[in-house]
Amino acid sequence: MSLRRLLPVLSLIVLSSQVVAEADVARGLEIATEADRRDTGFHDFRAGLTMLLRNKNGDESLRNMRTRVLEVDGDGDKSMMIFDQPLDVKGTALLTFSHKVETDDQWLYLPALKRVKRISSRNKSGPFMGSEFAYEDLASQEIEKYSYRYLKDDIIDGQSMFVIERVPVDKNSGYKRQSVWIDQAEYRPMKIEFYDRKDSLLKTLVFRGYRQYLERFWRAHEMFMQNHQTGKSTLLTWTDYEFQVGLQDSDFTKNSLKRAK
Amino acid sequence: MKRGWSVFAAALMLCLPTAGQADWRGEIALETRVFTQPALDPAQSDSNLSLSGEVEYYTSWDEGRQSLTIKPFARIDQRDENRTHVDLREGVWIFNDAGLELRLGVDKVFWGVTEVYHLVDIINQTDIVENRDGEQKLGQPMLKVSLERDWGTLDLFYLPLFRERVHPSREGRPRSQPRIADELSVYENGREKYHADFAIRWSRSLGDWDLGLAHFYGTGRQPSFSFGLDDEGLPALIPLYEIINQSSIDLQGAVGEWLWKFEGLYRTGQGSSFFAATGGFEYTFYGIRDGSSDLGLLAEVMWDERGSRADTPFDRDLFLGLRWAANDVDGTELLTGVVADWNNGTRFFNLEASRRIGNDWKLGLQARLWSNVAPTDALFGLRNDDYIEFKVSRYF
Repeated sequence: MSLRRLLPVLSLIVLSSQVVAEADVARGLEIATEADRRDTGFHDFRAGLTMLLRNKNGDESLRNMRTRVLEVDGDGDKSMMIFDQPLDVKGTALLTFSHKVETDDQWLYLPALKRVKRISSRNKSGPFMGSEFAYEDLASQEIEKYSYRYLKDDIIDGQSMFVIERVPVDKNSGYKRQSVWIDQAEYRPMKIEFYDRKDSLLKTLVFRGYRQYLERFWRAHEMFMQNHQTGKSTLLTWTDYEFQVGLQDSDFTKNSLKRAK
Repeated sequence: MKRGWSVFAAALMLCLPTAGQADWRGEIALETRVFTQPALDPAQSDSNLSLSGEVEYYTSWDEGRQSLTIKPFARIDQRDENRTHVDLREGVWIFNDAGLELRLGVDKVFWGVTEVYHLVDIINQTDIVENRDGEQKLGQPMLKVSLERDWGTLDLFYLPLFRERVHPSREGRPRSQPRIADELSVYENGREKYHADFAIRWSRSLGDWDLGLAHFYGTGRQPSFSFGLDDEGLPALIPLYEIINQSSIDLQGAVGEWLWKFEGLYRTGQGSSFFAATGGFEYTFYGIRDGSSDLGLLAEVMWDERGSRADTPFDRDLFLGLRWAANDVDGTELLTGVVADWNNGTRFFNLEASRRIGNDWKLGLQARLWSNVAPTDALFGLRNDDYIEFKVSRYF
């Protein structure tokens, strides 16, 4: 077959794979958008967090925090995290104004000095409190922070899943890409695989114990993160979820940070 | 005076509400210092042991609108009778509702953004026997009203009682030479420590930047000194507390990996009026060598219009430092650097490191040394006071 005759065939293959790729991108975004839509409108909530950190020798250490989150129309959420354990950082509090596209604003309150420090939110990929969760894993998950692609359907424990790939927009992310399993019935994330910048599998996060609040919002009560490269793991347990407790903007200011206990 | 505090604390204790959320926390620390050079004064020693403790009680009620915090501190020091002290760090009732906050009682307020020299910080007296870094403070009685509005946050302070700075005793180390004789302190104003002081501060976040403007009127926290003789007829520095006016600005910004910091002030009332400023940056490399630790480079300039006549050593100085955070389970951290006076060549080295042991213990290391100290520098008295400090803390 001469090249001249091959060309239309080749271009047809390239074109159709492009069409398929575009369809996959659209479908990926559609799934992410639907998941986000279903989780919009909670207004505010507060909850407790416990992290059990375990290294490959089985040594354990414990972290306790409390968080408050306020939904912001047209922008990322406002949140405040207050640390209870380890005891030397008790009373330390982190205020975050997350944004859809621009970098987040963050302030850290150090109770010993009674000092509020603005901190750089560029440390996205850094470990949160020495755990296997990076800051970006716990940050407000805005649609604009990733580009999406539908990969396939899958079944986990008899539940039908969408598997989508998301690629962080921010070049400071610690990940090249993530694969996210989302259940088709309720659009909840069930599993995420994180690939490092060299595209090797770094971590797997599994969501367990989903409960529904206000007959609408699903929250996982256990998030288990396994690091495949270091053998370390972190079990994050959420407790005492309370939705629509009347939080407002004045609960997310630098003054309220100094009052946080 | 000390009795007054305990009566105040007892009165607060009696008013404790019973309902609502209550919480205790505390810390006990054992610290030892080793001095590596011979003392300039035979009354001083080459080592020291010290034990400190702090307890905090917190309770809130009225759906979180009101709270009470009580935080007493105490230290027993082997050598320095002035470092053996008790202080109510906090004993404050707080009311807040929809952008209005009232604080009444003894509290601590920090203003400022820089790492080394806390230039504009003035509400609380520095607890200088605790640490010369200016970060430990004596509790300050106050009424503070804060308004949070769209145009920023406005803080108004009424400070009815002045806390005198307590300097190291003859046996204390590190200390100035000759010693500072607090018992001979002189006040410019006849009301002495009962002179009512006022302060106002406006602050606001603008994008990546936080800006604060403030004015303070009242007894200067940092005294001026004159040479004299103490009760034993030995040379001493005698503190003079003057009434000052101080206008200040502080600014910090987080732009990418850069943190920018600036503090400036204009002060009148201590001799000729003067300007002073400090500022610089911190640049952080996140996840160095593909690991999880962060390395920060710090640089700050300190400048005082009075030059070598200033009562601060930070008059024409440059700080260069490194901050390393392992981001590990034990929260291992290290901060080290040098402050050099570019006029007279005096250099001050500092290293601070800490690491958690298990969930409740922490180890701390601090090393400070002064070299090439010029006789005209405010640090001249410390030229032989190089020391290494080890600290073990237990939290509960």
